[in-house]
Amino acid sequence: MYRLNAKEKENLPDSRLWFRDGAIASWPICFGYIPIGLALGVLANQAGIPAWAVTMMSILVFAGSAQFICVAMLAAGASIWSIIFTTFVVNLRHFLMSSAVAVHLSGLRRLFLSFFAYGITDESFAVNMTHFRKGKWGPLRAITVNQLANLAWVMSTTCGALVGQFIPTGAFGTDYALTAMFLALLLFQLHNAVYILTGLTALGIAVVWYLFIPGDSYIIGSSISAATLGFFFKRYREKHK
Amino acid sequence: MNFLDYLFLFGGMGLATYLPRWLPLFYLAHRELPKWLIDWLSLIPVAILCALLAPILFTEQTTRSLELGKPEFLVAIPTLLFAVKTKNLGGTVLVGMGLYWLWGTIQ
Repeated sequence: MYRLNAKEKENLPDSRLWFRDGAIASWPICFGYIPIGLALGVLANQAGIPAWAVTMMSILVFAGSAQFICVAMLAAGASIWSIIFTTFVVNLRHFLMSSAVAVHLSGLRRLFLSFFAYGITDESFAVNMTHFRKGKWGPLRAITVNQLANLAWVMSTTCGALVGQFIPTGAFGTDYALTAMFLALLLFQLHNAVYILTGLTALGIAVVWYLFIPGDSYIIGSSISAATLGFFFKRYREKHK
Repeated sequence: MNFLDYLFLFGGMGLATYLPRWLPLFYLAHRELPKWLIDWLSLIPVAILCALLAPILFTEQTTRSLELGKPEFLVAIPTLLFAVKTKNLGGTVLVGMGLYWLWGTIQ
């Protein structure tokens, strides 16, 4: 069977502008990554991890929360296997995101999909799904978002490891950049009562789960529960129209 | 740790991160998905965004305890209003940052 390449799938009148569109869409992510990346670099530096190793970690792993946990575990003298296992558990949530984004990347070549998968993060996923839903979005634009975010992450973590201790953290509210971005993206996703109910359920379950169960399972646990509840609510509404 | 130790550690972490990112995309993108699955997956972004935001807005993360009315939450209200009004992602990020920074300086 013939597989589309990304350019064919892009299939938009202004397909030449994919890089520009992707770059515009990615700037809030890149901006938000700077303070977090710097902070990670500084912590790694204090834990005795050399700058080249920080760069290597950001390129090979590219997952913010897992990298923070790794630095903390290395500083505490944890074993390599326990760090790798923890990383796996923390990043299992990407399984859900990868499944959801697959709907919009159907029929593409496996090589492109394999490369795209590398850049799936909480942030790029949220931005790309919002744009896919609005329309006028394609695989080239989406992978541009992924890769520019990746570039910003690698550069800011490396800078943090090299000169981080001289930069004041949290200046001008940069700490809040990603939270504000998540808030806006959430709002853009609320199309009808089903989505609102799903969101409120996820908020409630996540808070309780987070308070009572240690670790990061609250992300997957509350997402799956809330989406399932929302799904049955949608079915119920369709039946009783 | 030397170069090879780091390479092994980060390579292992990279693989552990890459597999869950890759498997569903690699397999599902070439299957005809049933409608129920598409419906369910369409709710995942909202659910994940709320799950990620919940502890930031409603809990003290260092002690992992409930905290209502924290600055992150209070700033979120005008930020959301701005997002409703303008539908502008970049502008909302800047407004949120500005308000959060302002809150920090008046405290």
